[in-house]
Amino acid sequence: MTALYNEPSPLETRILSRRFGMPNSASLDTYLATDGFKAFLKAREMKPEQIVDEVKASALRGRGGAGFPTGLKWSFVPRTSPKPKYIIVNADESEPGCCKDRLLMEYDPHQMIEGILIASLAVDAHAGYIYIRGEYRYLIEMMNRAIAEAYSKGYLGKNIAGTGWNFDLHTHSGAGAYECGEETALLDSLEGKRGVPRMKPPFPAVAGAWACPTLLNNVETYSAIPFIIREGAKAFADLGTPKNGGTRLVCISGHVNKPGVYELPLGYPMLKSIYEIAGGIPGGRKLKAVVPGGSSCPILKADECDIPMDYDNLARVGSMLGAGGMVVMDETTDMARVALRIMRFYAHESCGWCIPCREGTTWLRKILQRMVEGNGRREDVALLGELSKNMLGRTFCALGDAAAMPTISIVEKFADDFDKYIVPETVMANA
Amino acid sequence: MNFSPALEERFAKMLAAYPQGKQRSAVVPMLIYAQDEIGSITPELIDEVAKRCGVQPLQVDEVVGYYSMLHRRPLGKYHVQVCTNISCMLVGGEELYEHAKKKLGIGHKEATADGQFSLEEVECIGACSWAPAVEINYDFHHFVTPERLDQLIDELKKAQ
Repeated sequence: MTALYNEPSPLETRILSRRFGMPNSASLDTYLATDGFKAFLKAREMKPEQIVDEVKASALRGRGGAGFPTGLKWSFVPRTSPKPKYIIVNADESEPGCCKDRLLMEYDPHQMIEGILIASLAVDAHAGYIYIRGEYRYLIEMMNRAIAEAYSKGYLGKNIAGTGWNFDLHTHSGAGAYECGEETALLDSLEGKRGVPRMKPPFPAVAGAWACPTLLNNVETYSAIPFIIREGAKAFADLGTPKNGGTRLVCISGHVNKPGVYELPLGYPMLKSIYEIAGGIPGGRKLKAVVPGGSSCPILKADECDIPMDYDNLARVGSMLGAGGMVVMDETTDMARVALRIMRFYAHESCGWCIPCREGTTWLRKILQRMVEGNGRREDVALLGELSKNMLGRTFCALGDAAAMPTISIVEKFADDFDKYIVPETVMANA
Repeated sequence: MNFSPALEERFAKMLAAYPQGKQRSAVVPMLIYAQDEIGSITPELIDEVAKRCGVQPLQVDEVVGYYSMLHRRPLGKYHVQVCTNISCMLVGGEELYEHAKKKLGIGHKEATADGQFSLEEVECIGACSWAPAVEINYDFHHFVTPERLDQLIDELKKAQ
């Protein structure tokens, strides 16, 4: 497939997406004709420590949401352990607002495969699994075809590209569970169980898949590796801002004229991305709020959006860059309904393992539902904030926080939006 | 239980993909692919998957309730999944879901009497920048208007 889901913008910096839209962009021949596997051959000549150092120097940070420095994560895997080591790809893209990993797998699967192979050299792994959400069945089939092509042409399996390196790669289908995007829940799911999070430590680097050392990264993170190795860490780091290397695929959705996935350097101005890349807000309406990186990120008010988009600047305004899902909301948006929709999602997706999250998300959903149905009480807004704060930091994984943080931000920044749902006390008394 | 030759081949590959002794890993993928072929997760299927993966039936049964795509009752031949999560909601996803309910005359997780269609209001399916989005079985449809949804459903009706 070569048709793109949205028109690219001339303002993009296309590094990971450079092959998107090329004829047969997913084929190995296209990949090889456009610098494919040069990075792997280069990495094969490097010491594992040098590969890790190069990734560290690139200032690449995990694209799955947490933004942890990738090279540092790689350095935690005990390469000399006598146990087998595994490479896992998190392709369970489920964060509301995010739809970028689809494109990386659909248009350039071999770029990700090459990134996985370079990671395997760095941590001495010989097998890998791509955990793809069940809803992305067509991508599982596309990845299977890409993997089969790589095997048939000697880029997977034994003696890869004649270098003596062996690596096997498989896909693994999920079956519908946001929680499985959390890395330890993903590992439980991969092992054939319910996807519930594990106690950390030990971290997956030490005891991950089948209790063996495991390197687990997002699709986009692996996809960035070939460029870093081929062009050098500095070339990647220089695209972004200090400690925030490279570009990332920003998924712009909501109230914009040209929603789409656009590759932008880290540190790109948020307002410019809304008004120039995504064509501004329909009808010339005013900006009200932005979800900067996916539904679990605290929401920004319009007057907080004049910032460069990188991990550190988003942290400075009390939010997160997340997984690149930017949801734009105009002045007509009812933030109480947004809060309810987000909480319905988290209540549905809470795996039930930790009580503060299991009970908290459902309780919050019920309060929000009751309010939006027209039975709000004056004390509800404070109760929403208080309940959310009581979930923070009290769960094994980040889903509890992910549900609490946007809610807290909405309650604190958009309290007025709840007013119309609060029944005046006189009316209540007469009822 | 016997599956089609293509599925048997897939299962053989699947079981070989995981490390020796870790065939339990095939439980979830095996369930979802088998469900596609036989229509739902039956007690017989649970026993079969347990046998093939070397685990107890209860260990298979307990995962079925966890994953939202696994279901114990058959869905329609065409399972219409309408996303109403935040990005879709902002551009008409909820209205689209209401329209789908009227068009098909069924509600959430219900199937039409002839078994041809079922409907589900789903959580984010990863099409946020091309919203509102609908997935029918495994096919994605982007920027779906109520008129476009009617067209999609009518085409499937005609294809029967």
